[in-house]
Amino acid sequence: MKNKKNTVLVLGAGIAGIQASLDLAEMGVEVHLIEGTPTIGGRMPQLDKTFPTNDCSMCILSPKMSECARHPLITIHIKSTLEEISGEPGAFTCRVIEQAKYVDPVKCVSCGLCEAKCPVKIDDEFDVGLRKTKAISRYFLQSIPSEYTINPSHCLYLTKGVCKLCEKVCPTGAINYDDKDREIEISAGAVILATGIDPFNPLGFGQYGYHRYPNVVTSLEFERMLSASGPLGGHVVRASDDKPPKKIAFLQCIGSRDEGIDRNYCSSACCMFAIKQSIIAKEHSKDLDASIFYMDIRAFGKDFDKYYDKAENHYGVKFKRSKIADIVELPDGSLDLKYTFENGDIQHEVFDLVVLSIGLQPRTGSRKLADKLDIRLNKFGFCHSDTFTPQETTRQGVFVCGAMNNPKDIPESVVSASGAVAGAVKFLNLGRHDISTGEEEIIEKDVSGERPRVGVFVCHCGINIAGVVDVKNVAEMAKDLKNVEHSEDVMYACSTDCLELIKERIEEHGLNRVVVAACTPRTHEPLFRDTISGAGLNPYLFEMANIRDQCSWAHMNEPELATEKSKDLVEMAVGKARNLTPLKRLPIAIDPEALVVGGGLAGMTCALAIADAGHQVFMVEKESSLGGNMKDIFFNLDGSDPQQFLAETIRKVEDHPEIRVFLNSTIEDIAGYVGNFRTMFTNGSGQQEELTHGVVVVATGGSEHKTTEYLYDESSRVITQKEFERMLQEEKFPPGKLREVVFVQCVGSREEGRMYCSRVCCSKAVKNARQLQSKKSRANIYFAYRDIRTYGFSEQYYSELRNSGALFFRYTPDNKPEVEKVHPDDPESRVRVTLFDPVLEKDVVIEADLVVLATAIDPPEENLKLAKMLKIPLNSDGLFLEAHVKLRPVDFATDGIFVCGLAHSPKDMSESIAQAKAAGSRALTFLKKNSILAEGTIAEVRTDRCSGCGYCEDVCAYAAIEIDPEEGVAVINDALCKGCGACVASCRCGALDLRGFTNEQLFSVFDALEIDAVEGIV
Amino acid sequence: MNKEFTPRITSFLCKWCSYTGADLAGTSRLQYSTSIIPLQVMCSSRVDPVFLLKAYLSGSDGVLMGGCHPGDCHYETGNYHTRRRFALVKEVFDSLGLESARLKLSWISASEGPKFARVANEYTEEIRKLGENPTRKSIFL
Repeated sequence: MKNKKNTVLVLGAGIAGIQASLDLAEMGVEVHLIEGTPTIGGRMPQLDKTFPTNDCSMCILSPKMSECARHPLITIHIKSTLEEISGEPGAFTCRVIEQAKYVDPVKCVSCGLCEAKCPVKIDDEFDVGLRKTKAISRYFLQSIPSEYTINPSHCLYLTKGVCKLCEKVCPTGAINYDDKDREIEISAGAVILATGIDPFNPLGFGQYGYHRYPNVVTSLEFERMLSASGPLGGHVVRASDDKPPKKIAFLQCIGSRDEGIDRNYCSSACCMFAIKQSIIAKEHSKDLDASIFYMDIRAFGKDFDKYYDKAENHYGVKFKRSKIADIVELPDGSLDLKYTFENGDIQHEVFDLVVLSIGLQPRTGSRKLADKLDIRLNKFGFCHSDTFTPQETTRQGVFVCGAMNNPKDIPESVVSASGAVAGAVKFLNLGRHDISTGEEEIIEKDVSGERPRVGVFVCHCGINIAGVVDVKNVAEMAKDLKNVEHSEDVMYACSTDCLELIKERIEEHGLNRVVVAACTPRTHEPLFRDTISGAGLNPYLFEMANIRDQCSWAHMNEPELATEKSKDLVEMAVGKARNLTPLKRLPIAIDPEALVVGGGLAGMTCALAIADAGHQVFMVEKESSLGGNMKDIFFNLDGSDPQQFLAETIRKVEDHPEIRVFLNSTIEDIAGYVGNFRTMFTNGSGQQEELTHGVVVVATGGSEHKTTEYLYDESSRVITQKEFERMLQEEKFPPGKLREVVFVQCVGSREEGRMYCSRVCCSKAVKNARQLQSKKSRANIYFAYRDIRTYGFSEQYYSELRNSGALFFRYTPDNKPEVEKVHPDDPESRVRVTLFDPVLEKDVVIEADLVVLATAIDPPEENLKLAKMLKIPLNSDGLFLEAHVKLRPVDFATDGIFVCGLAHSPKDMSESIAQAKAAGSRALTFLKKNSILAEGTIAEVRTDRCSGCGYCEDVCAYAAIEIDPEEGVAVINDALCKGCGACVASCRCGALDLRGFTNEQLFSVFDALEIDAVEGIV
Repeated sequence: MNKEFTPRITSFLCKWCSYTGADLAGTSRLQYSTSIIPLQVMCSSRVDPVFLLKAYLSGSDGVLMGGCHPGDCHYETGNYHTRRRFALVKEVFDSLGLESARLKLSWISASEGPKFARVANEYTEEIRKLGENPTRKSIFL
């Protein structure tokens, strides 16, 4: 592998492909991102909101899309396919076909005249046929790249040789009917596949009435109906009569968990998807009645159960555990649903609209792709990967991420993408690099001495802002403000074409300050700063007015007052912008070592990912051996051997030249900041040691909840899953034959004090029950459960267990199973379990030889201490809270700190491995750089005013300011200053100021706020 | 005074907790009074006592300060300084005969969208009862 190429080819530009590309590019790797459609973005742009935070999908995705498009190391190939991979891992040659676009992307200005004139209307694929588009079009409003393309199978000129209207109206002569498909060869060290999934098509399944009845829609269609930028503008109406529905039914598991159609797997995301849609629909229309018809609600992810609870108890969504027997259309277009409850009761109910929660399935053509690329698929047609190597395909050097290898939601796709990157970099030869790699230096304009010329851009955000605030009026008002040279309203300020527009306006009007009134600076300020930076302005000459999150969304019923407030906010922003000055960002050197806290599976996997990339890793583990919780896992559902894998992993860690393991060690203190951490810990021999490192990975794991329920403390016949698994492994069963074994699920989970699902217990119980059966035990198996959550491919094992005769009894928290000893005085007495059977509607009594409790996963107590040391947040359950639930699942808001494994939330082995590799990758995006740039907002001293009193020194929490003994004035350490401004407010002489938040700037904000009508002077 | 009096409440919100909490209130579509005019600062400890006075004298009917909960400050101890300074400013207001009831300090974390909305509404009501800021009608020299 001499000719290692520092290039990776990523196939598929959905969220997984985008994340993989960004991670690689940040490590200094050149990326070719191949996408079949005319835009990057994948499925996410089709979504209106995302669970469980109801974040606007496009809002969180578009900064990543823009970042991807702007990154100098990423080359995007749209309308392209990967045809062949030849050569060896480390030096692949990839044959790619770029289809003709018929529009020159360099000349196209995305004005849209061509689309307006094009006479050919075709179904819009992006809006799942709910809207028409043209033969020349953009895939969707915020497509990246934003240039138009011609669909050759519909274009009149390309099919029949007539028309050419687009060529006539195009102002830049960008149309090129002679464009040809091109074949290109890309040399790449590794390949990452992220082609995603297709939604299940219910067309061939007549029982649901899809397409036969206009008011039966799929969940994807309903999502587009809900979307503010969708075909209905977010106002949901029925196709049959354009009336808003008052009663909506969501039918779960359409195309999932269905052996009859070869889909004996759970699509994992649809339950949450339906809950989200029911909540959003109810927010749109308060008196809406929403019912979800389901088998089990699989809300197994972090904070999912709270969302489920909120839907049921706050929003009043009705959850009906039942089977749909029939759907009949009534004369007015409504639908009569016939359904049966568990106890056999049959009910009829009429709904205005029925939403089919369709499952996820492998993409059409994935079999062909697999053959071309020589990779194996599993029996359901998803890309095959093993439990211990979730991102590896059967071909070395070719990795997989996103939903291509199993159904996933967004954060898991992001995790798997970063995880795949960790695999791919092993086939590259990466050194450390300076941040400027590949970046074209833009000369910054000197604006000093110029009078302020402010440009104001007021965003509609579709109808998110414009639906409440009179955006045009706000933009108009801004024109009259002092120093405003230009003001206009824009549809989506963050879209690529608008960012280009801002740059053009800077040139056109000679703007030297920019104000964008849109969403929150928290998510979008970096994007706009980058944009004005691209136009030669210092990025700090920018100010944002938050007229969405803190105005239109919070005052939806008061459009006039919201408009007035928006004006105030814009006026304040302009006031501040007027006084902004250019700031410089200083480089912060990055220490190339990493600290990993915790030596369980996640910690070890992450350490190996970082160490294999050539970086020293310090691993601090509190126990006397490595392995964590995995030491108690002996079987896997797919038959693989966890203990063998664990032994190999421990050996790799212990033998690795770049990993230093500290056992029996506890961390006392972590100081410093990204790139420059300093950690004090007590080592195994009780001595204090100090480490310096550039990043921290938190992998502190979790522990089994200690229950007192179900006689756990009193009977030797009541044990936990963990104890049962060891019992199975050692074959040491309690005396007598095992005839009756009862599994009790959700012990401690999903109830007061632990309002979360521990996620792994259902699959674990199914696994151990099957293991018991494989020991030739003829025991009768009973499950007491609330919802069986064997998501993904575990479903097949659950249905096998069910088919083998195991009996399942659902219980509710107010009617838990009761356990009592048959002979109260005998500690080894069998136990009597009383279960309520909702099918027979009476109690069932079992004299059990063994009761196995699926106890919850608890976060370790030391999380709190670590959270305080690192100043990172925990959620209300004591789990570490990542920077963004959807798109930054392993990062913290504080740079240079990452999380993986159970410390983040309960997850299984394969998921822990994926997340650990992801954390490793994310850490490498820092470690592979020699330095990063610090923020520009730090304090400064005007020494001529300083009296050297030293109050500032006392208030600074970072020892970033001190009095120079010789000069007798305060001096600031720029690298240590965090820019809080505490010293500034403490300064009695007005010698201190905070850059970016100066007294002058803030005073000009107050001036903007000043009430004009003063009537007298006192 | 008109019946439809909409107070104006200048709200200093720290970037890490209160401002994020206010964003969350919006993202969750919790509805609160339009009186709240947010102004982001890096930390509540950046708010110079003079800012409170200036906001008051510029005609704000109320001034709200939002910071991280004590012990949770993103800058370790910033909000402790805020708490001390705030108590002092209230005293100064009282001794000058200004209405210190028009100043409020509240700890709102990034996850407390509902609390932000509640504080916003309750404080608006309090200020509404106090009526317009007298400086709207006159200037103190």
